[in-house]
Amino acid sequence: MKAYFSIFRIRMQEALQYRAAAWAGVTTQFFWGFMLIMIYQAFYESSDRVMPMTFPQLCSYIWMQQAFLILVETWSGRDGELFEKITSGSVAYELCRPLELYQHWFARLLAGRLGGAILRCVPLLVVATILPYPYRLLFPKSIAQLLLFVVSLLVGAMLTVAVSLFTYILTFKTMNSNGVLSVFSALTTLFSGSLVALPFMPEGVQRFAMALPFRYMADLPFRIWNGSIQVLDGLWQLGIGALWLAALWMLGSFFMKRVLRTAIIQGG
Amino acid sequence: MITLSHISKSFRVAKRDPGLSGAVRSLFHREYRTVEALRDLSFHIGEGELIGCIGPNGAGKSTAIKIMSGILVPDGGECTICGHVPWRDRKRYVQNLGVVFGQRTQLWWDVPIRDSFELLRDIYRVEQPKYEYNLKRCVEQLELGSLLDTPLRQLSLGQRMRCELAGSLLHSPRLLFLDEPTIGLDAVSKRAVRSFIREINVNEGVTVILTTHDTADLEALTERVLLLGKGQLLYDGALDGLRDEEDSSRTLTVRFPGMQEPVIPEGCVLKEWHEGTGVLKTDAAAVSAAIAKLSAVLPLTDVTVEGSPIDDVIARMYKRMGVRA
Amino acid sequence: MNALKLYGHYVSILIRSQLQYRASFIMMVLGQAMTTLLYFLSTYFMFSFFGRLGDWTYWEVMLCTSCVHISYPIAECIARGFDSFRGQIRSGGFDTMLVRPRSIFLQIFGSQFAFNRLGRLVQGPIMMGLAVVNSGVVWTAEKSALYALMVLSGIVIFMSVFILGATLCFWTVKSLEVVNCFTDGGRELSQYPFEIYKKPYLVFFTAVIPYACAFYWPLLYLTGRSASPWCWAAPILGMLVMIPACLFFRFGVRHYTSTGS
Repeated sequence: MKAYFSIFRIRMQEALQYRAAAWAGVTTQFFWGFMLIMIYQAFYESSDRVMPMTFPQLCSYIWMQQAFLILVETWSGRDGELFEKITSGSVAYELCRPLELYQHWFARLLAGRLGGAILRCVPLLVVATILPYPYRLLFPKSIAQLLLFVVSLLVGAMLTVAVSLFTYILTFKTMNSNGVLSVFSALTTLFSGSLVALPFMPEGVQRFAMALPFRYMADLPFRIWNGSIQVLDGLWQLGIGALWLAALWMLGSFFMKRVLRTAIIQGG
Repeated sequence: MITLSHISKSFRVAKRDPGLSGAVRSLFHREYRTVEALRDLSFHIGEGELIGCIGPNGAGKSTAIKIMSGILVPDGGECTICGHVPWRDRKRYVQNLGVVFGQRTQLWWDVPIRDSFELLRDIYRVEQPKYEYNLKRCVEQLELGSLLDTPLRQLSLGQRMRCELAGSLLHSPRLLFLDEPTIGLDAVSKRAVRSFIREINVNEGVTVILTTHDTADLEALTERVLLLGKGQLLYDGALDGLRDEEDSSRTLTVRFPGMQEPVIPEGCVLKEWHEGTGVLKTDAAAVSAAIAKLSAVLPLTDVTVEGSPIDDVIARMYKRMGVRA
Repeated sequence: MNALKLYGHYVSILIRSQLQYRASFIMMVLGQAMTTLLYFLSTYFMFSFFGRLGDWTYWEVMLCTSCVHISYPIAECIARGFDSFRGQIRSGGFDTMLVRPRSIFLQIFGSQFAFNRLGRLVQGPIMMGLAVVNSGVVWTAEKSALYALMVLSGIVIFMSVFILGATLCFWTVKSLEVVNCFTDGGRELSQYPFEIYKKPYLVFFTAVIPYACAFYWPLLYLTGRSASPWCWAAPILGMLVMIPACLFFRFGVRHYTSTGS
């Protein structure tokens, strides 16, 4: 356990070193956040429908999504070094260590994401809080809501790592990560509600998305935060998310073991 | 052919404090320091020479190579190569130039070597007959025949280096820069690479500059060595001269039949003496007198004189000058 | 002519390289196709929920959305070498280019050819066809020419932005995410008529990085919202951004050779 913690620490430290990348990330996320808000605003103004969340709630959703993007998006936070290790065959050295590869990489990837997110979320959240109404970031109304959000975000992050680990496992088979990655991230982006928030999707699509694990990565925590999912309801859904996490973890480590047994170690 | 005078170059690098707190601090504030990669570097290399460039990491070898290949512009000083200033008139200048960087490739990873070579032919605008002639020569001397239809990624390091060398010579450059050409190669490949370098230098008259950490390369190839340290030229001359300058001690080994009483000539120190063999340590200046003395009293059958291994000499030199290898 | 021939040679090598990994290539094409599908889906979801966007109908908006999703993959396919330029800087590939007797631009264009991006070209033309029919635009020769010009202008502007992004690599290899605002972000913004954004966005994307010149101003002309000749000329003016982009890149090369960063 201690070894995994050290790996976690070192990766965090590395992630924190990318100062320029962090500032750039914050700038980018503001840009995207504003863009999305403007698009939604234009749509909100052209419709008389009853909205599934109020416009200020939607803005909070978008800011949270931008602040924690690196934590819960499968297309970000990819660890090029690991892919390199797999395709070059030097993953063999990793196998010599007395660590389970799945757990090891899980710790490593989670740390990379957390490190990146810590750097980025603070400035973004601070500025989003002092924006004028209705664009401002709203805060949870109760401690319970806040706690639930924190836990669900952590579960979401771990779920994201568990999901993205499948791309690493698949890379053992395909030896090239790009294709797998883009199909994967396309699917997860859609069904996690990162592209269009789930409640705005047509009903059938919504139902389908609810049956998949991806919405517990982003949609659930952010909607708990903005209050469009109530605490009790959220608690229940968080339980489902945790079950998904356990299932994907077991499936992932199973496949990892199998794929390692048959891995073609390229080169020498 | 190549003249560098008073070349200097410095870089600015960010300082970084260790640890997690240092990482956080550097988010907001960063200090820089200036590293002088080259200080007042001057030398001249004539047409057809084969030069070895050595020095510890950070001595400025690759900076010098980059300046000479036109990749970097120095802060001060002048450099003329084949009548060109490398960083001006880049396209015309590099037509004369072949460069091999030991750690990276100039060929294409996923296609057969032959396809890479043909692309290089078009890049350098090599006429077909000349291309074929050069290719044939390289294929013969480097034994590439069976490799030409294999993609680069399937080749071993030694095979790869041989292909890189061939690739850098297809346009008949007058000048060849080799950055650690033997790094990571097995003994057989090393020998093949060395003999090929020698061959193109002697027969084609290509001027070669190679950087290396492997002193065996120098012993096998070069008459002249440039030793860089901390961005300065520390030594320019023959490899043996470097040894003499730094370390004049010699090991004298004599052989004789049967058991003999030890004889210790003046200026010698006895290291070993047993049946049939005696080993003495002495100074280069005292060697001939010592041999005369020994042969006067002993029925010598064999005499060998050796200097210190060149690696030791260089290591000692770095140490003396306070540079880390 | 010689340069074009060499470029062709580069491209043929790159295509052969990519075909070495057939499975992954197919996956990549699929992934790319999927990505574009997502963009179209998300606009579709939005319209099916909200009905319309200001006074724009779905198919009117699709006129420019489809245009964006044709221009972007073509530009990305050709100028991928600039888009992934930081890899060249890091690996020393750029140094190798500098010791070759050819134009740097040609070598960078020749360093990558993202053939698989053409997977993104599946939906664009289909949507464009549907939009052309359903948008209610009366197609004259003049309007058709303008529409084609929009695609061309889009390609040139996207390529210019890739070149600008590559130029930044000469100074920093870490803060490149900002460039995404102008590549991915620009593509995202251009999907909708620019008037829905705040004024500064419209000004910036008209005068500095002229996506609006390719996708918004001519759209006003197409849909009959404006008859100004400026709207017609906008795509042509927008393409001029290529000139400063190339000059800036040259300046970057000079900076690189003096610092070697």
